[in-house]
Amino acid sequence: MSEKETVLHPVWMLVNGKVEEHEVEPRMLLSDFLRERLGLTGTHVGCEHGVCGACTIMVDGDSVRSCLMLAVRANGAEIQTVESMGCVEALSPLQEAFRERHGLQCGFCTPGMLATCADALQKYPLDTEEKIRDVLSGNLCRCTGYQGIVEAVKVCVAARNALQTASDVGANKEEMNR
Amino acid sequence: MKPAPFDYCCPDSVEEAVQLLAANMGEAKIMAGGQSLGPMLNFRVVRPGLVVDVSRILELDFVRERKDGGLSVGALTRHRVLETSRLVARCFPIIPDIMQHVAHLAIRNRGTIGGSLSHADPAAELPMLVRLLDAEIVARSTQGERTVSAHDFFVGPLSTVLEDDELVVRIELPGMRHNGWAFEEFARRAGDFALSACGVLLRLEGDCVRDVRVAMMGVGDTPLRRSEAEAALKGEVLSDAVIERAVEAACEGLEPRQDLHASPEYRRHLSAVLVRRCIRRARERALWVNQ
Repeated sequence: MSEKETVLHPVWMLVNGKVEEHEVEPRMLLSDFLRERLGLTGTHVGCEHGVCGACTIMVDGDSVRSCLMLAVRANGAEIQTVESMGCVEALSPLQEAFRERHGLQCGFCTPGMLATCADALQKYPLDTEEKIRDVLSGNLCRCTGYQGIVEAVKVCVAARNALQTASDVGANKEEMNR
Repeated sequence: MKPAPFDYCCPDSVEEAVQLLAANMGEAKIMAGGQSLGPMLNFRVVRPGLVVDVSRILELDFVRERKDGGLSVGALTRHRVLETSRLVARCFPIIPDIMQHVAHLAIRNRGTIGGSLSHADPAAELPMLVRLLDAEIVARSTQGERTVSAHDFFVGPLSTVLEDDELVVRIELPGMRHNGWAFEEFARRAGDFALSACGVLLRLEGDCVRDVRVAMMGVGDTPLRRSEAEAALKGEVLSDAVIERAVEAACEGLEPRQDLHASPEYRRHLSAVLVRRCIRRARERALWVNQ
């Protein structure tokens, strides 16, 4: 392999509501861009081949493995990482459910878990424990044995359903066919 | 676990993309959703000189109904779209069901059908789906368009008839009258690659099988159609004895690989169970529809 001259590409993206303009090497992964360039170390890097789920973030409203996305391809995208979810003083409802139900110990998998759960909660009914475990199957946790995480999702499913019934939003059936 | 350096282009049109491929013969890799190529780049098992990002070629992102009741699906269609599209569910109700078995939500959000087919993992759902539906895969190069049947498309594990300068642009799924269908898969965890899986489409008139297709995956180097099983069913009254003959025919001569996850014997046993479940479930659905 001959040594390549590095060409930088401009990228513009909205990260947690803030405009970011940078130049990146094509091979830079979005996970590394977020952590190293923007200092957003809440996005964790585990396996770096899309298996462990630790680096899962939201891109344009969908959960995405940031280790499988080149930063250059996020040009124009809206990105949300765990840093946008809540803070120690004011946890998001999902984070609060994780805290309450002991859905974490070491916390390494938590940012990815939160992104996966947030996306699954907006797309699937998750009306059985089996279905909750199915959507969590793409995120590895080596501490909790998953039970606490499953319980946390159940809390959120109940809260979501109560909210939906109250406002009669009538969740999109097409999205709810799982 | 970081990709080796490469150049990057993001063309807006198919024309531009195939010109880039032709100009960088053998050096370029196409990236659509990046869910198969991404890990390979990170592992450095591929080191392309150029990555051609086709994800912004809007002309490749469509799902249209065909006159024969089938579908024409653009290569950039994401798994998640096939999973949730009403049009897809109406033409082929088996597709949303199969799509829910494709990896995990975050992967389905990004992964595309063109990418999955070009990657050609023998334990992936999309390749089996196109075999089951007798699809045609349309590829473009600077020489023009070429149509390959799903039957001829897959050569082996991770290997297809696609040339280095060809880009999959769409798949054609011809309409098939069917009233029963079923898909059964077994994987270690939800979202993992299948140890074995089976798909069945069935047209039952009364109790008699007018048309049937049986496809399997995870048990060979490519997805498989089981024509012997189809022959055992066609024209027959769908009794349990007939189903057993079809199950036997479907598993006859299968040579699954030995790997970390399962022995060939286990995969063969599993396959028989899944084929049986599939045919029975398809029969149930057809009888219910026919009521």
